[in-house]
Amino acid sequence: MTLLLALTAGGLFAAGWYLMMRPSAVKLVLGVALVSHAANLAVFTAAGPSRRAPPLLPAEGLPPGTATLPVADPVPQALVLTAIVIGFGVLAFTLVLVHRAYQTVGSDDLEKMESAER
Amino acid sequence: MTLTLAVLSGFLLALVVPWLPGLERRACGWAMAVLPAGLAGWFATFVPDVLAGTVVRESRPWVEALGIWFSLRLDGLGLVFALLVTGIGALVMVYSGAYMEGRPKNGRFYAFLLAFMASMLGVVLADDAITLYVFWELTSLTSFILIGYAHERAAARQAALQALVVTTGSGLAMLAGLVMVGLLAGGFGFGQWESQAAAIRSDAWYGPAVVLVLIGALGKSAQFPLHFWLPNAMEAPTPVSAYLHSSTMVKAGVYLVARLAPVLGGTVLWGGLLGIAGTTTWLVAGWWAVRATELKRLLAYATASTLGLLVLLIGLGTEQAIGAAMVVLVAHAAYKGALFMLAGAITHATGRRDIRRLGGLIRTMPATGALALLALAGMAGLPPLVNFVAKEAVFTAVWHQPGVWPVLGAIALLGGALGVAAAVRVAWRALLRSARISGPAAGKVVFQELAGPAVLVLASVAFGLWPGSLDGLLSPAVAAVRGQPAELHLALWHGPSAAVLLDALALAGGVAVVVALGPVVRRMAPVERAARFNPERGYALALGGVNRLAAWQTHALQSGKLPRYLRTILAAVAVLVLGTLAFRGGLAWGSPIQDFGIAELALCVLVLAAAVFVVRSDSRLAPSHARGGVGAGVALVYRLGGAPDLAMTQLVVEALTVILFVLVFYHLPRFGLEVGRAQRLRDLGVSVAAGTALALVVLSASAAPLDRQIAREYLQRSVPEAHGRNVVNTILVDFRALDTLGEITVLMAAAVGVFALVRLRMRETPSGGQNGDGEPAPTRLTGTAGQAASGLAGPVGRGERPATPGASSILHAAARFLIPVLVVVSLVMFYRGHDAPGGGFVAGLIAVVALALDLLAHGPDSSRRLLRADPRTLLGLGVVVAAGSGLASWLAGKSFLSGLWLGGGLGAAIGTPLVFDAGVYLVVVGMAMLIILSLAEE
Repeated sequence: MTLLLALTAGGLFAAGWYLMMRPSAVKLVLGVALVSHAANLAVFTAAGPSRRAPPLLPAEGLPPGTATLPVADPVPQALVLTAIVIGFGVLAFTLVLVHRAYQTVGSDDLEKMESAER
Repeated sequence: MTLTLAVLSGFLLALVVPWLPGLERRACGWAMAVLPAGLAGWFATFVPDVLAGTVVRESRPWVEALGIWFSLRLDGLGLVFALLVTGIGALVMVYSGAYMEGRPKNGRFYAFLLAFMASMLGVVLADDAITLYVFWELTSLTSFILIGYAHERAAARQAALQALVVTTGSGLAMLAGLVMVGLLAGGFGFGQWESQAAAIRSDAWYGPAVVLVLIGALGKSAQFPLHFWLPNAMEAPTPVSAYLHSSTMVKAGVYLVARLAPVLGGTVLWGGLLGIAGTTTWLVAGWWAVRATELKRLLAYATASTLGLLVLLIGLGTEQAIGAAMVVLVAHAAYKGALFMLAGAITHATGRRDIRRLGGLIRTMPATGALALLALAGMAGLPPLVNFVAKEAVFTAVWHQPGVWPVLGAIALLGGALGVAAAVRVAWRALLRSARISGPAAGKVVFQELAGPAVLVLASVAFGLWPGSLDGLLSPAVAAVRGQPAELHLALWHGPSAAVLLDALALAGGVAVVVALGPVVRRMAPVERAARFNPERGYALALGGVNRLAAWQTHALQSGKLPRYLRTILAAVAVLVLGTLAFRGGLAWGSPIQDFGIAELALCVLVLAAAVFVVRSDSRLAPSHARGGVGAGVALVYRLGGAPDLAMTQLVVEALTVILFVLVFYHLPRFGLEVGRAQRLRDLGVSVAAGTALALVVLSASAAPLDRQIAREYLQRSVPEAHGRNVVNTILVDFRALDTLGEITVLMAAAVGVFALVRLRMRETPSGGQNGDGEPAPTRLTGTAGQAASGLAGPVGRGERPATPGASSILHAAARFLIPVLVVVSLVMFYRGHDAPGGGFVAGLIAVVALALDLLAHGPDSSRRLLRADPRTLLGLGVVVAAGSGLASWLAGKSFLSGLWLGGGLGAAIGTPLVFDAGVYLVVVGMAMLIILSLAEE
């Protein structure tokens, strides 16, 4: 299972970076989105075995003395949760930035945007 | 303490001066002179003690581990220089008041002049090599700023940079030499060095150390081949030239050589290097002084020439030579300081600086002319001025130098004649000959400009008539340089001697050179042609080369092309990660196909297929929707992996992202351009390598045994301490609330950034979206606002929207039912989040989905009304609420953001973490709506 998820994360990573290296600014944004998925998935997968119960406890809390965790590890989940929301904010910002650059330069071409900056 | 205070007082005053009023007035020169004059008087009180052999020392630890102390000492040598620095400093300050009258940047000018004085005092009083070095570089820096005072002119900037590069560059060499000596002596105190002088001189490292130290000293004192910066430094205002570049800073090199003579001196290497550099400079600069026509440049060459003489004398090292050096030092400071100030006054009054265009000044400006004539007589060494005594001492020292006196005698004759010639030429051309040039009438020279030169000329005469009065001051200095007791007996007339004869010959020779200048110059023409390849040219070539190299290297590395940067970064990451895994170990497989699930397989295939579609598609909208498919697939993977919170958040974010792409992509072109096939393959190779690296890292990391101590801790404490059963949520709003606070602040920044980018655009377009008081005016924008959503908006939006052909009535109808449902779901998700999947993030996002649905169906005005508040208000309020919940705990005596609980009730525990989560909710709604509305209303 880990193998499958690791390959998926790697595949998303490769696809995202390939898009970011295209000369088109819009593809850059799509690439950023894919890379952030890949990163989240990597953190999530690296943290341990899949197919666990969610980290929701019974009303009396965790029974003491349990050696192995009865539920999925909540720490990477908390990390990834905020990463998803921040990723949304960053993606929105990048999207609007590209949009603005296109309005100013009149082209989707990163090279032209670069020369317009000089 | 008192010595330290004397050094620091200039720096302290320099900090205050720029804020004082009235700095452009003439009288402020007198006020600025108070500190230097006071210090000069204070130093003068030490003369009897120092003559009696007292040495004042002060020391405090600085970097004890390296044997570096902040140490100062006042001995005979330091006292002579300290008196020069402060005494001439006072006169220059008075002069500056008149010279700089009415200029706008005087705060800066006086501050750096004072800072220079303090730095120079630090140099001449330092008793530790590192202390000396720090003050030394401070003089270079203040000199840089003062030369570049008129920084609007390119020439001033270049001259300042040249002086800085030469003096600090050679200063670095000196630092290396000083550190070498320090390592040999086991410390940096000059006292320690002097006691171990014999051991230092016999060490193998002595030679390199001497060469390095002398590079620094000779660069600072404008000695050949590092002399060229000094004439160019005449770009500085005249007070600066008079102070830094004739009487004080350029003598720092001479001072250092004198200070270190007891430690490093007395060897063939020392004497040879100083002799060669000093002699060359004395003669070469002396010749250029005769040739120069611009007043200040002429004086600068003459200064370099005299510095060469001083270096030569210290290199000789006999008691007579050192004594002569000290008298020359004092005499030169007097006449050259006066001449610089007078040159400034003349240029001020006539607007001319070239001696070929001046003439008859003794008649048109009698007071200035008379003072200048006296000062030039001093420069030529006529009796009864003090320089006559100095020159006699020089010739005596040269005559008595064992072994080399015939060579030295010839050199001294030539050097002396050149000095006389320069003085006579200026006196004749500028002062005495009848003014045939009809220039503008001579302007007014104010008394204050002449006060300083008058004092210096008077001192020249007085010390010339009674040279014995200098014995008490200079004898301890000679003793300090020689490292043994010394007695000086100066007199105006010692009776007939070889020295007097040489002096007379030099005078006659100088006059002859001026009379026959034309033929002499013709004779020298081949030599001057050969001198086209001079050190200054080398400096220019080196500097140009460095600039070109930097430009080439910057261009090569910083191409400004994003794909190239990304490719470089990614390739480096791939190589480092794969290389580490391959050669340093760490690659592990674990049991990667354990608990294999068919559902995950299907999802992963879907995700990867969608990703491939995004990469390959050339249409605008399709890849952004396919990207949504990737997100949805990943969300389901989260759900299967026991993370319902992540799954929900991801799904809602995907919905919102699709809306964002739709709003923006309508305004973007199709992507037409692509690079060649070879480049695409290369990018693909780099990307696949990086993807492989990530997959391997994930595999290895999940195979490594993980200590779950942190997770166990949170799981155990979640219910009893955080009153929550959803551990992900308790981590976010309670255990790690500070992190979350930081994250919602980032969200706010991103949203404000988007808002600013969009608003900027609206302000640029004349049809603008802004009314008179600077607030956005959404109502005026409905016309354009509709365009964004036109493809999706419903035909009739509650009566106020114009019907759009082809719009979906299904969406319109669905929105009416879905929006209330979504709002209720959002509130439930928020409320139950502490115990079940949900919480502020996802609940806020669901509320945004409701609002966005309304926007698509009815337009932005409608969703603004539904929202009721400005999204910016919500953003700010959210951060304030979240931070405020933490402050409440802090005020209650607990640490910031730790939970305060009111106890259970209403099906969930009520406490500050719930308030914190409400803040998160508000920030998420505010952020997303600010972005969406900004785009939709544009």
